Amino acid sequence: MTIDATERRIIAATQSGLSLTASPYAIVAGQLGLTEDEVIARMADMQARGIIRRIALAPNHYALGMLANGMSVWDVDDTKAETLGDKVGALPFVSHSYLRPRAPGWPYCLFAMIHGNTRAEVEEKRKLIAEILGDACRSNDILYSTRILKKTGMRISGGS
Amino acid sequence: MRRTTLPDDALDATDRAILNALQDGFPISKHPFAEAGAALGVTEDDLIERIRNMREIGAITRFGPFYDAAAMGGAFCLCAMAVPQADFDATVTLVNAHAEVAHNYERTHPLNMWFVLACETEKGIGRVADEIEAETGLAVLRFPKLREFFVGFRVQA
Repeated sequence: MTIDATERRIIAATQSGLSLTASPYAIVAGQLGLTEDEVIARMADMQARGIIRRIALAPNHYALGMLANGMSVWDVDDTKAETLGDKVGALPFVSHSYLRPRAPGWPYCLFAMIHGNTRAEVEEKRKLIAEILGDACRSNDILYSTRILKKTGMRISGGS
Repeated sequence: MRRTTLPDDALDATDRAILNALQDGFPISKHPFAEAGAALGVTEDDLIERIRNMREIGAITRFGPFYDAAAMGGAFCLCAMAVPQADFDATVTLVNAHAEVAHNYERTHPLNMWFVLACETEKGIGRVADEIEAETGLAVLRFPKLREFFVGFRVQA
């Protein structure tokens, strides 16, 4: 997946958000010296290629009462991991789901971030995942975050 | 970012309908708010004003395109360390000093420090992880993603 210089500039100009004005893509165009039609065509194309996953608003799940989250981790049979990972990712309370390598002392390969209003609710949802995985899962654990030690956005520069 | 729950009356039914609908997508067009508003039964101006208000009170964290991080040309890796409690604060300082450390969380597990490295290249990931090992004397386990699953996560407002 590659992006050209114009796309890179559009990403840099929009990665922190769109303006709340009637024609936000015209604002981006004005900043970059492009036409509104060009920006619209480029962004539609990036969306079709999967570079833009979606244009959307992100609710603050804490503000809406989802105060608990845990990183659940599962030791799943490798031959079934992809199929089962698809099922786990599709659950409405899972915000991220990945296959990752195992490590010494770390048997888990499937990671799924679970969100809920309370830790008890997160544990209920963890049981639902355990049911979906069934015998294909040998062991699992959940890691709750106790402190944010650092959080910075990932940013790219617009280039010269 | 606001990390506490809003009072129940902070959002009305229209705000909640907007939150639920616009998590899934927003038009790329000349008058996207008018278009999205029409589907929700609100005017262009009202939709803009409501999103502005929800951003101000912290009900939404972002409004705009969500980019695939890999498409932006970088390399990313989740890393974990088992840090002895007595060395924890000193280790946080050493790890966070690297600009490539994007997020870092303390978690409930013998592997109690989990962070994401974001570098320009794959080589950069190995270099920074090795540097952190040398500086702290602790192993940095590396968990690059092998496969990312599509997630259907939506918050019901």
